[in-house]
Amino acid sequence: MTAVTAAEAPSRTSRRARNRARELTRKTGWTVLGWVVGIAFFLPVLWMVITAFKPESAAETWPPKFIFSPTLAQFRLVFSGMGPYLEHSALATVGSTILVLVLAIPAAYALAIRPVKHWRDGLFFFISTKMLPIVAAIGPLYVIALKAHLLDTIWVLIILYAAMNLPLAIWMIRSFMLEVPTEMLEAARLDGAGRIREIIEVIMPVVIPGVVSTALICVIFAWNELFLALNLTVTNAATMPMFLISSVPQEGLYIAHLSAAATVASVPVIIVGWVAQRSLVRGLSMGAIK
Amino acid sequence: MTIIDDLVKPPATGVRPRGVSRREGWQRRLPLLPALIYTIVITQIPFLVTLWYSFQNYFWNQPGGAHWTGVSNYKEVFTDPSFRSAVVRSVTMTAIAVIVAMVLGVAVAVLLDKKFLGRGVVRTLIITPFLVMPAAAALVWAGPMLDPNFGLINYLLEPFGVHHVAWLSTHAYGSVVVVMIWQWTPFMILIVLAGLQGQASDVLEAAKVDGANAWATFRELTLPHLRPYIELGILLGSIYLVNAFDQVRLMTNGGPGTSTTTLPFYLYQKVNYAFDVGGAAAAGVVTVVLTIIVASFALRLFARVFQFEEAR
Repeated sequence: MTAVTAAEAPSRTSRRARNRARELTRKTGWTVLGWVVGIAFFLPVLWMVITAFKPESAAETWPPKFIFSPTLAQFRLVFSGMGPYLEHSALATVGSTILVLVLAIPAAYALAIRPVKHWRDGLFFFISTKMLPIVAAIGPLYVIALKAHLLDTIWVLIILYAAMNLPLAIWMIRSFMLEVPTEMLEAARLDGAGRIREIIEVIMPVVIPGVVSTALICVIFAWNELFLALNLTVTNAATMPMFLISSVPQEGLYIAHLSAAATVASVPVIIVGWVAQRSLVRGLSMGAIK
Repeated sequence: MTIIDDLVKPPATGVRPRGVSRREGWQRRLPLLPALIYTIVITQIPFLVTLWYSFQNYFWNQPGGAHWTGVSNYKEVFTDPSFRSAVVRSVTMTAIAVIVAMVLGVAVAVLLDKKFLGRGVVRTLIITPFLVMPAAAALVWAGPMLDPNFGLINYLLEPFGVHHVAWLSTHAYGSVVVVMIWQWTPFMILIVLAGLQGQASDVLEAAKVDGANAWATFRELTLPHLRPYIELGILLGSIYLVNAFDQVRLMTNGGPGTSTTTLPFYLYQKVNYAFDVGGAAAAGVVTVVLTIIVASFALRLFARVFQFEEAR
């Protein structure tokens, strides 16, 4: 375009500048709106953390205090009482997640790579157990646990949390296994690789990241679980959510202490969730969305 | 970030599952069996025991153990108005929470789909409520957030003429629902956002060139594209929220009166406070039957959402 006249040129640049300005305004608008919404969602979490650093006297004031001298006193108190609960939660969470993976990886293989005849029914059986309300069976579960000498033990939590997370893990790991390229499987078979070698040498290297994110999701759900723990454990296996409840006394000031306990109880899972952010959607949708 | 269709697609290998030898069949079944047996034992047996106890008179606090009473527990359940209202409350609470969370979820997801400064950080902030331990969320809302005398919410609403409202006694139902929505909106956002990011941009460009305005484009193109994602979000959200217990137990303890007594909390109370194992079991069986009816629709929806292909 050499025929641009001297008169046209400035108007074109000014239009471009106007467009750029409009683009900038729009982007600023979205930025402001985005941050307002983000902070609104985050506010209760932020308030929990802020309150955790208050002395109890500064936590229960009107109007609420935003300026105060922060203290670690509440955290110290929390850490001193939390030990056994933390241990129980860690054991139940890690134990159940390992059990889930041990059961789910072969099952996913049998539903994805060398499928059983009724693989579809299998998949739907697992997902349907997720819809049964466990609350409906809580009385009998208590009786069964009592008779099996599992009441108030870590084992009862490991067993039930594994059952709770197993469908999700099978669906999710299966969805990762379906991504293993067919050519790789065929090449391995031509090499005469058996099932075990096929799993270890061909499939696992591809699905390991998927297995890790599956494990992280199972950790989140097991760590946060309250209902079963509350009904089936008392002291020997009481978990972090129960520690939280115990930090709310019948009387007296407790808001700062509670906030510190809630912060400590939530932070591990929040960090796990932030780390697993990319695969969170996939896990929550049982592998349906990538 | 794309959908869905290959999740339930048939075997990656293309090896026909039908027509394999008997030995091969068992070799295929073997890896599935541990998980299958485990799930059957752990999830089905408690329900069989529940069925058994539902015909028994069995109170924790009375000597003599269980004895057969026929259908009297069921009679009690069906004539108990608080059971019926707990069912209704569970359904309405779940429906309101899931629908509001989804509407907000779509709106925020559209926002997060725009490019702006610090989008990654904002996304991280927004998903955090979902990650907070539900028990912690319930207690933090009940205390630091909603307390009538020093809660943050009353402080923030004061300019709008709100003065020291005791939310948990005057608006218990709404408060519980708000906390559910706060925790589950991020879940919906993540699912809808995945849908938005899977939408082909050339279609949207073409609509723009044709002079369609933003709202028409959203309604005519984006929303139909999002439909399976929205269905999936509603389905999964309902599965989890209908069992929600922590918020009710820790924020309102079912009250005031029975105004927030949902089905899970009703069953919990029956076992833990009324010591009525038989009655709770009968109510549990009715709950399971209701669930199966709803779930059979849900499973059909699942199959459709996942675009289930015929096994080759």
